[in-house]
Amino acid sequence: MGDGPPSLWEWFGRNWDTGRADSIRTLLTDHVTMSLVPVVLALVVALPLGLACARWRWLYQPTSGLMNVVYALPSLPVFMLMISVTGLSQTTVIVPLAFYGVAVLIPAVVDGLDSVPDHVRQSAVAMGFTPLRRLLAVELPIAAPVVLAGLRVVAVSSISLVSVGALIGQGGLGGLFTRAYQNPFMPPVIVGIVLVVALALVADGLLVLAQRLLTPWVRARKEAAS
Amino acid sequence: MSWVTAFLGWLAEFFGDGANWTGSDGIPARLLEHLEFSALALALAVLVAVPLGLAIGHTGRGGMLVVVAANLARALPTLGLLVMFVLLLGASSIWPVIIPLVLLAVPPILVNTYEGIKGVDPELRDAAYGMGLRGGQVLGRVLVPVALPLILLGCRLSAIQVVATTTVAAYTGLGGLGRYVIDGFATKDYASVVGGSVLIVLFALFVQAVFALVQRVTVSPGVSRRLNIR
Repeated sequence: MGDGPPSLWEWFGRNWDTGRADSIRTLLTDHVTMSLVPVVLALVVALPLGLACARWRWLYQPTSGLMNVVYALPSLPVFMLMISVTGLSQTTVIVPLAFYGVAVLIPAVVDGLDSVPDHVRQSAVAMGFTPLRRLLAVELPIAAPVVLAGLRVVAVSSISLVSVGALIGQGGLGGLFTRAYQNPFMPPVIVGIVLVVALALVADGLLVLAQRLLTPWVRARKEAAS
Repeated sequence: MSWVTAFLGWLAEFFGDGANWTGSDGIPARLLEHLEFSALALALAVLVAVPLGLAIGHTGRGGMLVVVAANLARALPTLGLLVMFVLLLGASSIWPVIIPLVLLAVPPILVNTYEGIKGVDPELRDAAYGMGLRGGQVLGRVLVPVALPLILLGCRLSAIQVVATTTVAAYTGLGGLGRYVIDGFATKDYASVVGGSVLIVLFALFVQAVFALVQRVTVSPGVSRRLNIR
């Protein structure tokens, strides 16, 4: 250390790629993995479950009740309880986050399918679409905006929640917060908050872009209306 | 399933230890602390967010700002915010920790109150004015009761968030049930970690149930469609 504490930029430059496990670059990659995997897992699990709830209505009430309970569970104690099953690994953070994602996405899938107008569904039947083709070619595309809106919520909350994992040593960029607290020093906190928020904004922006590309008619209709 | 037996053993050790039930770090005291901090933060957030949400929803000004702010707030890492405030303000009182708790609790209430008021059927609003009610009366007697389910949803989401963040805040020195988890983890006392975690989960479920009850009691039967009016 030279004269006085390093500035924010100096600290960032010095710690970006130290080659150690706590360099900012490694933490950032860990953070992306630990937030991306739960989002993908949640989508893969919630799609069939949501379809089942929309198909067999009696399933929806108990499922959404259960999902409300899951969503209310605070992350830190859940991570702690997971340790006894999966140990101090990234899985301990990934699995609970995937569950939170499922809790948000199942209602989104059901609401999305509910947003398919009845006459559209009937037209597809009348045109001789098989149920599977009707689902893939008609119902899911119409449900896509609502599902993607849910996915945006899941992606952004996963990215911010991963940092709590730092309290069990698996928090990606959250590691910067515990480091800053143990050795009172502001730059890591600022860098951590900025990077987490930036990551969330990038993920959100990518999903908005995906929505535009996947459902071009939504925008076309809005422009026609205005 | 060896972890099940280990788990039950830790639970028995934690809840069976008489010393865990008395004194300033006993379960009743910690539970009360957790309740106090959560209730304080939630109450302050409600005081800020509900009037603001009502005003913005009723006048229609600044709505975009509310939605953008709520989305941004979801991206904020709670642990980072807690550490930042404690480093900035020191840890001499509970306020450096309560401030971020309130900051994180405001957006869900604000956005849901705003959306609730904005989403009220315009015909209903017009009918209220037509009956001779003034602006404030329309808000108080028509808009708020109709928007109440959404306002309460916002409060419930904030309560969930506050209970969780109060737990995390134990890391920065706050009392409450999070102490068992944080201290237990630091000293490898897994009975304390597991017992504390179970207590927090139960507490969160209790809060959830209280909100379900409040909703049931305060929302008008006509709004919740528990009455079948034809």
